[in-house]
Amino acid sequence: MAWAGKILRVDLTTGTVKSEPLNMDWARAYLGSRGLGSKYLVEEVDAKTDPLAAANKIIWATGPLTGTMASTGGRYTVITKSPLTGTIACSNSGGYWGAEFKMAGWDMVIFEGKSAKPVYLYVNDDVAELRDASHLWGKSVWETEEMLKKSLQDPLTRVSSIGKAGENGVLYASVVNDLHRAAGRSGVGTVMGSKNLKAIAVRGTKGVGNIRDPKAFMAAVKAGKKVLAENGVTGTGLPAMGTQVLMSVINEVGALPTRNHRDNQFEGAKDIGAEAMAAPRKSDGKKHLVTNQACFGCTIACGRISKMDENHFTIVNKPQYRGANGGLEYEAAWALGAANGVNDLEALQYANMLCNEEGIDPISFGTTIGAVMELYDMGVLTKEQIGIEAPFGSAQALAFLTEETIYGRGFGKEIGQGSKRLTAKYGHPDLSMSSKGQEFPAYDGRAIQGIGLAYATSNRGGCHLRGYTIASEVLGIPVKTDPLEHEGKPDLVKAFQDATAAFDSSGLCIFTTFAWGLQDLAPQMQGACGEQFTIEELALIGERIWNMEREFNNRAGFTAKDDSLPKRLLTEACKTGPAKGKVNMLAEMMPKYYAARGWDAEGRPTAETRKRLSL
Amino acid sequence: MQKVLHINADKCTGCLQCEMACSFENYGTFATAKSRIKVFDFHHTGKKVPYTCTQCDEAWCLHACPVEAITVDKATGAKVVNEATCVGCKVCTIACPFGTINYVEATGKVQKCDLCGGEPACADACPTGAITFIDANWTGLGKMAQWADKLGNQPSAV
Repeated sequence: MAWAGKILRVDLTTGTVKSEPLNMDWARAYLGSRGLGSKYLVEEVDAKTDPLAAANKIIWATGPLTGTMASTGGRYTVITKSPLTGTIACSNSGGYWGAEFKMAGWDMVIFEGKSAKPVYLYVNDDVAELRDASHLWGKSVWETEEMLKKSLQDPLTRVSSIGKAGENGVLYASVVNDLHRAAGRSGVGTVMGSKNLKAIAVRGTKGVGNIRDPKAFMAAVKAGKKVLAENGVTGTGLPAMGTQVLMSVINEVGALPTRNHRDNQFEGAKDIGAEAMAAPRKSDGKKHLVTNQACFGCTIACGRISKMDENHFTIVNKPQYRGANGGLEYEAAWALGAANGVNDLEALQYANMLCNEEGIDPISFGTTIGAVMELYDMGVLTKEQIGIEAPFGSAQALAFLTEETIYGRGFGKEIGQGSKRLTAKYGHPDLSMSSKGQEFPAYDGRAIQGIGLAYATSNRGGCHLRGYTIASEVLGIPVKTDPLEHEGKPDLVKAFQDATAAFDSSGLCIFTTFAWGLQDLAPQMQGACGEQFTIEELALIGERIWNMEREFNNRAGFTAKDDSLPKRLLTEACKTGPAKGKVNMLAEMMPKYYAARGWDAEGRPTAETRKRLSL
Repeated sequence: MQKVLHINADKCTGCLQCEMACSFENYGTFATAKSRIKVFDFHHTGKKVPYTCTQCDEAWCLHACPVEAITVDKATGAKVVNEATCVGCKVCTIACPFGTINYVEATGKVQKCDLCGGEPACADACPTGAITFIDANWTGLGKMAQWADKLGNQPSAV
């Protein structure tokens, strides 16, 4: 219950759209969204499939709590096999699209095959049909949303789409909805583009009913909202400062990767964080930050809406970028800023807007620019090759290379392949700050030991959202652990990874876990879905999901040696701050992590583990 | 004491908890499409504005109705649509200057905010205080208090 109970299956090759009942046994075992969508993927797609071949599938999945009044219940996940990493990909997004799709009466949509010409899927409650998208091909995300709303004569239509980057094969293209919310990572937009699928436009008026025990559910929802409101992070910090509150915090603990991880603290951090966004600009006296914004159902409202300085060099002749726009969020501000040594807040917001407008992941993009700047610094890449002088710290180079990448021009085509392929091509694969080919986010794995292990073992490659141990290691949630200490981290990482998988799969936002644990999720799941969803059951489901994802990757050919970090994090010690002298102690942690997981030395779940998890 | 829904758009984050609470109260489902309060999102400025019926004293919808399906709830002051009487002629939707009474295709009747009989679910659900249910005579009290605070707590007054 709380599931819609049916899914859409779209064959892009033949152009047919079918409705089929949701597999309720799988729904009970994997919840929804990330877990359930991944279950369908691993059952239906051979792990060795070429991610950009017609045989790969791509799934938009909501959770049982998506579209309900549970706080943050607006999430959906895009699941496919990643062209960036070759691993399973599941990218989560907020905004309003997920709830709208669920309110149309569907739990998920599975796309298979490949369309001969550009199409979009139109869903209006029970009506679901493929329509010609020739006129939308070559348009940005923002143009696509506007054109669809206009042609459908319905401003309330919600759109999930790709921009030019997804069409052009940028390997970390994102899927964007509601202008600036994105299923950002692992190139899910690239797969969408490879299938000639431009957009999914949805209008849902039926709503989400079928709540098992409405009274108990509403009581649990209200209690959950109260916990969020009274928590310092979710009730005060995030609404006021956004995720950008982290910039100074992470810099102070010496874990802000700078200049492609050459440094671990950024002298310009104060220029690009929450405080800078809220202070009047020197240039025009106005504040960068306009307001905060919530996604559907969210009572935290961490999102940022900003306005750029109209006279900044990036937009002085581009009036279309003068209005209020999404950003900056911490990860993007770090990747476009500290990772390249750029401290020009306005330039970061410009690059961030382009990432949303044409659909690319600012984390992988920014980190790749960091590698390009290091290669330039070393003399491996020249101005002639890149098209501009590209020293660390150059806002001009950042802005120029963002344009080149999203429009698929010049050296931008190589940047669009990601740091792993680019650094390998120029003979320095060690300079790719990535695991399994996906670039790291905004925390240094040397200064925060647990997050390094989380990067190395993440099922979608370098990622903070698969086990956000920062909560414990830096913020003290639920208990404070020492970021410099590696002892005890394998168990911590496992616990975070499993709980996160359960939250992701419920349809709620992982940011609730700054205040909530499974003890807050369980009563909401029980009220909505069934009494069996106790704390213990949710933890078990989370672990089951983790192992299912892992086994897909194992079948795809990944082994224990891929659970790794770049040489720099293992051998080049942090230079400054509290973590001075530290490298990541991965070799110490990995055997203990495998043991905690119940895996053999090759990183494969043992027969006993598989049995315990009913795999 | 009569109470009214009071909206402070500056506090709205666009979360739509109000729309879900409204539809759940009236239809038992979470369906923003069925909500009687709507939040408007103005992307170019970043402003979000909740909007619903203000329960006019001189209610044009009520006067326009040819079958007297709209009546005043004496306890709350709400103008309430009696579905059994409503014939779906939509004249009220033309009469209302604000657009806050609307036709519902599924029922063939119109719907509007009825203050949930005196305990509006939207105000209860709003996490930021953008929607409150307060004394009709003193909707300005909060603003007055803010300005009074500014005036009374100048450095010279300390």
